Amino acid sequence: MDSYSVYIQSVASIYPEGEPVEGRFSINEPDYKEWIKEAGSRRRMSRIVKMGVTAGLQCLQNMAVKPEAIITATGLGCLADTEKFLQSIGSLNEELLSPTPFIQSTFNTIGAQIALLSDNKAYNSTYVHRAFSFESALLDGMMQLQTGNADSVLVGAVEELTPTVFYILERMGAWRKFPAGEGTSFFLLGNEKTHQTVARIVAVDMQRGNFSKDQLTQKRSDLLRRNGVSDARIVSEEMFKPICGEYQTASSFGLWYACTQLNGNGFVLITNSWLNNYTAVVIEKFTKE
Amino acid sequence: MDQLKQELKEALIQALNLEDITAEEIVDEEPLFGDGLGLDSIDALEIILILERNYGIRLTKPEEAREIFYSIDTLADFIDKNRKK
Amino acid sequence: MSVAITGIGCVSGLGCGADEHLQAFRSGRSGLGKVTLFQTKLQVPVAEVKMSNEQLKDQLGLDPDRLFSRTALLGMTAGKQAFQDAGLSKGRLRIGLISSSSVGGMDLSEQFFTEYSVNPGKGRLRMVAHHDIGDHTECIADYLQLDGFRTSISTACSSSANAIMFGARMIEQGLLDAVIAGGADALCRFTLNGFNSLMILDKAPCRPFDESRTGLNLGEGAGYLVLQSEKSLTPGTKVYCRLTGYANANDAYHQTASSPEGEGAFLAMLHALGKAGIESATVDYINVHGTGTNNNDLSESTAIKRLFGEYVPPFSSTKPFTGHTLGAAGGLEAVFSVLALHERVIFPNLNFKTPIMQTGLSPVTRMREDQDITTVLSNSFGFGGNNASLIFQK
Repeated sequence: MDSYSVYIQSVASIYPEGEPVEGRFSINEPDYKEWIKEAGSRRRMSRIVKMGVTAGLQCLQNMAVKPEAIITATGLGCLADTEKFLQSIGSLNEELLSPTPFIQSTFNTIGAQIALLSDNKAYNSTYVHRAFSFESALLDGMMQLQTGNADSVLVGAVEELTPTVFYILERMGAWRKFPAGEGTSFFLLGNEKTHQTVARIVAVDMQRGNFSKDQLTQKRSDLLRRNGVSDARIVSEEMFKPICGEYQTASSFGLWYACTQLNGNGFVLITNSWLNNYTAVVIEKFTKE
Repeated sequence: MDQLKQELKEALIQALNLEDITAEEIVDEEPLFGDGLGLDSIDALEIILILERNYGIRLTKPEEAREIFYSIDTLADFIDKNRKK
Repeated sequence: MSVAITGIGCVSGLGCGADEHLQAFRSGRSGLGKVTLFQTKLQVPVAEVKMSNEQLKDQLGLDPDRLFSRTALLGMTAGKQAFQDAGLSKGRLRIGLISSSSVGGMDLSEQFFTEYSVNPGKGRLRMVAHHDIGDHTECIADYLQLDGFRTSISTACSSSANAIMFGARMIEQGLLDAVIAGGADALCRFTLNGFNSLMILDKAPCRPFDESRTGLNLGEGAGYLVLQSEKSLTPGTKVYCRLTGYANANDAYHQTASSPEGEGAFLAMLHALGKAGIESATVDYINVHGTGTNNNDLSESTAIKRLFGEYVPPFSSTKPFTGHTLGAAGGLEAVFSVLALHERVIFPNLNFKTPIMQTGLSPVTRMREDQDITTVLSNSFGFGGNNASLIFQK
């Protein structure tokens, strides 16, 4: 089978741009009206939908392509609407419930809204597997390009932090290493290197298990060796989670960070872990021409 | 009747989150759906809830609502004739 | 390059395993009944799996004190069947698991939320630890002792068709040798109230493709296929059929409603035929999405007529039997499509009397045996315009 290379042509991220308040980061909200212009399209969207759709549209801005696949990722999905609808079942005792939070609670809402707003009838899917969500979406997107099924693919992840999930996960001890976070990052992938190309994606790896530090180091050097990379800079979660905070799809911000915040070119290995899910993405970063 | 219409417009703006529209901008005789105010099938469900919550009128089939929900005029007229509260 | 189907597993309101499902189809016995799993005011028919969580755990040989979401228990039940049916064992093959669900552990989250909403310090954490969709997939992987690739997909009612599609692509690209792919969804107050708020629950048994249809009935269950690469097959491996075509397209029309011309459905079916490299006339049976809602059935009929023209093959919706099992529907109906080919049958579309006026299509209403069928198309459409079609061939 022919195999094409996978390039990152454009990136966009909406992330916290300040210090955490009481242990939680909040994204720096853009003016959503600028991106989702019609009030009619915006009026039913919860915050996570607005932020995800906006980042998706920002990523497509000035790119003269219409993606042939839209692939999104989220660990917990549209929580605010899920909570709102759950709450209403109890408080209204199953009577006269508003359908809007229910229809917007599905995990594929962001991908679906991007398709709707950009009139895109192409392949559309949503991955929802904890800290593998984003890497699964990335893998799907890469496969679409490698097989020649698509020439350009939009891949992104989105997570919102609600007070409920903050308190529940705090009780579970999820924020011990990093403050709670949220955000969304999107990547436009293509199979041709252009003057806009940011990086080439070399490999994606997902490993499940309770590994020691040494085992992980070994797995990462194996990954590099398998892909013929002798040396790579490491972007670890210690570098990007103090900025974006902890969340299931934080590694998407890690990739954005590696693409935009590192100087120079060369190979970069982005690593992440969350509850026994370990991931690594290897890219070859280019200096913009 | 004018008070009912005003009340309805405010209820619609709130329930449907019509953030860029004021009650004055909704014209009594213009269509609420499609080319008019641009409402859709989900909004019809929300209007059904307004009828039941605020006026005690129960509609069980969204399809029945098409003519009733044509405009503020038709909606107010229907509520006026059928309201239980 | 095609993908072989070597194992199937299913659990729904009709029973557990392929035999119980075939029996129900043959006798015309629907799985619909009253809600018994939880307290609700809503008096609507649903197709519950007729086993309690305790019975499911017992059947799976699990510790009765361990907490699982019902979705995970249903997933493990059908996943185990598929795994054993294919005679898979650890070691030789790179085996992946791709599962899907629309609600995951919502049954437990609902119980947690009742306490939590009164006092945020309350609510047993272990009830909500299973909320995410990934949880049920991890439970199935642990249960089957799979340590390889796993992921989860959630695209509403087309979720498990997309899981099967992704599994097939991973095999075709040589990333895996075998994949257990499908989905599971338990009935819960969240979805029952959700569909009730959309006013699309029928208070009577649903009537897909009938002029008088007024909505759907919900169900629960799980359905999985084992997909294998041709290379991984040994001489003794039983092969039911092959997955030769698949496609996913977005309707890009409305968050919940399908377009009047059924564009997304049309594109999904058209591209699936293209992938399989066959003409529409090759299709012998369509297991339609056919929920029984006004909107879906009209839109799906229109798309079918656009694609097949005057020669629409026999088709039926199995949802009057199983209810709409949401994230599990694509997996269950993929299993039924495989069974149709293997058993040479076409399932009846219960409760149909009068064709839809605008399209005039009539589904198969009696169980048909000894059918000469070699190609089956299965449709799964979801909220967000997420449409998927799969093609199975002997």
